[in-house]
Amino acid sequence: MYKILNAEKLTFNIYRMVVHAPRIAKHCEPGQFLIVKMNEEGERIPLTICDYDREAGTVTIVFQPIGYSTMEMAKLQTGDSFMDVVGPLGKPSEFVSEDIEELKKKKILFVAGGVGTAPVYPQVKWLHDHGVQADAIIGAKSKDYVILEEDFKKVCNLYVTTDDGSYQRKGMVTKCLEDLAAEGKKYDICVAIGPMIMMKFVCKLTKELGIPTIVSMNPIMVDGTGMCGACRLTVGGEVKFACVDGPEFDGHLVDFDQAMKRQKMYATEEGRAKLKAEEGDTHHGGCGYCGGDK
Amino acid sequence: MSDVLKKVPVREQDPKVRATNFDEVCYGYNKEEAMEEASRCIHCKNAKCIQGCPVGINIPEFIGKVKEGDFEEAYNIISQSSALPAVCGRVCPQESQCEGKCIRGIKGEPVSIGKLERFVADWARENDIKPKTCAMRNGHKIAVIGSGPAGLTCAGDLARLGYDVTIFEALHKAGGVLVYGIPEFRLPKDEVVEKEVENVKSLGVKIETNVIIGKSVTIDELIEEEGYEAVFIGSGAGLPMFMGIPGEQANGVFSANEYLTRNNLMKAFRDDYDTPIAHGKKVVVVGGGNVAMDAARTALRLGAETHIVYRRSEKELPARVEEVHHAKEEGIIFDLLTNPVKILVDEDENVKGVRCIRMELGEPDSSGRRRPVAIPGSEFEIEADTVIMSLGTSPNPLISSTTKGLDINKWKCIVADEDNGQTSKEGVFAGGDAVTGAATVILAMGAGKAAAKGIDEYIKSKQ
Ligand SMILES: Cc1cc2nc3c(=O)[nH]c(=O)nc-3n(C[C@H](O)[C@H](O)[C@H](O)COP(=O)(O)OP(=O)(O)OC[C@H]3O[C@@H](n4cnc5c(N)ncnc54)[C@H](O)[C@@H]3O)c2cc1C
Ligand SMILES: Cc1cc2nc3c(=O)[nH]c(=O)nc-3n(C[C@H](O)[C@H](O)[C@H](O)COP(=O)(O)OP(=O)(O)OC[C@H]3O[C@@H](n4cnc5c(N)ncnc54)[C@H](O)[C@@H]3O)c2cc1C
Ligand code: SF4
Ligand code: SF4
Ligand code: FES
Repeated sequence: MYKILNAEKLTFNIYRMVVHAPRIAKHCEPGQFLIVKMNEEGERIPLTICDYDREAGTVTIVFQPIGYSTMEMAKLQTGDSFMDVVGPLGKPSEFVSEDIEELKKKKILFVAGGVGTAPVYPQVKWLHDHGVQADAIIGAKSKDYVILEEDFKKVCNLYVTTDDGSYQRKGMVTKCLEDLAAEGKKYDICVAIGPMIMMKFVCKLTKELGIPTIVSMNPIMVDGTGMCGACRLTVGGEVKFACVDGPEFDGHLVDFDQAMKRQKMYATEEGRAKLKAEEGDTHHGGCGYCGGDK
Repeated sequence: MSDVLKKVPVREQDPKVRATNFDEVCYGYNKEEAMEEASRCIHCKNAKCIQGCPVGINIPEFIGKVKEGDFEEAYNIISQSSALPAVCGRVCPQESQCEGKCIRGIKGEPVSIGKLERFVADWARENDIKPKTCAMRNGHKIAVIGSGPAGLTCAGDLARLGYDVTIFEALHKAGGVLVYGIPEFRLPKDEVVEKEVENVKSLGVKIETNVIIGKSVTIDELIEEEGYEAVFIGSGAGLPMFMGIPGEQANGVFSANEYLTRNNLMKAFRDDYDTPIAHGKKVVVVGGGNVAMDAARTALRLGAETHIVYRRSEKELPARVEEVHHAKEEGIIFDLLTNPVKILVDEDENVKGVRCIRMELGEPDSSGRRRPVAIPGSEFEIEADTVIMSLGTSPNPLISSTTKGLDINKWKCIVADEDNGQTSKEGVFAGGDAVTGAATVILAMGAGKAAAKGIDEYIKSKQ
């Protein structure tokens, strides 16, 4: 059993949990994920490792309930336990193995959307801890959806943008990036993490702007160890398994349209209903992430 | 008395009924049937059957005890050599192992060794008889990676010799292919596999699930930081292959591993489990091995019209004869000498069919089997909403890529000595599918056994 040492709500639809998992805490690096299983009957749910404390033997997960399993997970309280937690899975972000002095010379931009804000955090924090300064854009639907703002401010130069302009800049992350470029900002590399549709459009833009871009893919997974092939994607014309070859890939090579269609394979009624209820009219469909346009 | 040249027939679930449920197909022998079948064994002095068993079970001796009705002693004899008799009795390819060598088989049918072994193991379980343990602990720590047949056997044998053994398993449940691959209707999970795993634990073996060696911890750390004196790698051959034909990324195309894992490990066929599975109406399974049969029979039970598409003829089907026979009885349609060339999809990227081409057998290839060649202009389409690719698997590189000094061959298999499991790295042994590529339960067990002996000799030589 893996004990939940702290469970809290970050905002009305996003939860954070600190879980005791010493083997994972000892080995994980930014960019990696884990899989939790609540109980005997539960699904295996992949979640990014959003923070870790090697001494305390804990890892932090941040998630948004979107279907049956994640909704059940949201009911867990401090003191409860997961039956299974396994990881760290996937490859660490590339910069972890790069030369720090080289990294310091680079202008790095992170683009985070929605719950994707959480997985960006350990990356910016890692860079900050190694003396590398980065810029980050957090995009959210409205003020109530913005998470981890204070944590980010401590470790990077932050821009926040909301779709409806209810907080700070107005417009989607792509608009913010366009504006920053227009203001004369230059970037050598961009890391974009969020819903697939967001990553797709960020990649379209960064291609025009000539900024190499890394994305973190979240296809449907089962084992997370390369055994089933459920997570396969086409990257640069080649088949890749996101759980072992990724989850991070060169965003300019990923076939997003195919990935979004594959992600809908098990779209469930309750998942669609939930997104519809939460996003209401602002949800225009076509994102492929929620099946809400079906 | 029935015909002594023939096996005592075994009772099975009616094909029409079993095609709609996940209960076990074969009921096995009862006491009377077992004792009658046991009396067919002529207790050869030079028992060839033993040579056919990779773990060397003393077959005539255990069968002799069955004949006398002393099932407990029969169990003790088997469990000296095998940690998983209830599993082997069900899934061993006996026809090419023990029974293939049986003297009785020269004139008539061989003794039904597998079914007798299964009977004894089931009887022991029902009567709560456990394998005998070793009282003496020697204090040496050994790590075993993977809880499939190879790992369980190696761990069980070492524990019996007094070692302090821990198995590390990547998944949340122990058993390897026995829990995630082979379906419930051939190998019940709770009653059979879990109980045999419990038996291995009762020998003193610890099992730590959710640990991926190479990710959660490396082999070098196990040795240098956690005090393990030797390591056995039994990590299997779990990576699925695909064909590389157009449309393979479409929704509705699965590897057999995914399909079977969802159903067996995650129990998607049961309403009280949360993991979903595609309930296809028309399913095409590509391949002709045991895995293909299992995937097809699973799809059939989930309500689909199911086709097996295989590029050679019936004679070359690599699956066990018994499995092909069962599949046919249940209503699986075999499209032989047929090969898929393209998966057809609709505008939403869902599978709607498979374009195939007819094949004929040409000259024998390097494997000695006649090579299938496409007949030009013979393309046709099969309507389908689900395609399951069952083309074989290869070893996972997670361990070899994170362990310094561990040699692999060009098929990514770990190089290890057949006699004692020794790899290119000191103190590290390996066996089972990770070394041979996808093979069988009993060969993996044989390798686990050989490595246990190798490890014992290695530890002793260091003292
Ligand atoms: C590597 C990786 C990292 C992830 N990190 C995070 C994270 O940090 N925080 C977070 O909130 N979520 C994360 N996810 C997504 C999370 O795993 C899914 O939200 C969750 O599995 C959905 O389960 P459900 O039963 O609640 O929803 P369901 O009812 O099963 O599905 C609702 C919708 O989500 C889609 N979906 C189902 N399973 C997955 C899946 N495994 N991945 C993506 N979409 C899925 C469905 O197609 C459907 O449209 C990650 C996924 C991956 C693969
Ligand atoms: C569907 C199917 C049907 C089959 N039917 C038959 C049959 O009827 N008869 C027969 O004899 N054989 C059959 N086989 C083949 C047989 O099951 C295998 O040959 C046998 O299980 C191999 O045993 P193993 O111990 O080497 O590996 P596996 O059984 O594959 O076990 C390996 C274990 O290691 C774990 N592992 C892998 N990597 C790591 C890691 N890095 N860290 C920790 N753990 C790890 C895996 O999760 C797994 O549990 C079948 C196989 C399949 C897939
Ligand atoms: S373990 Fe397999 S090969 Fe050995 S006797 Fe039993 S059925 Fe035969
Ligand atoms: S070869 Fe056949 S008949 Fe002879 S001892 Fe073995 S099982 Fe009995
Ligand atoms: S999740 Fe099974 S191979 Fe990636």
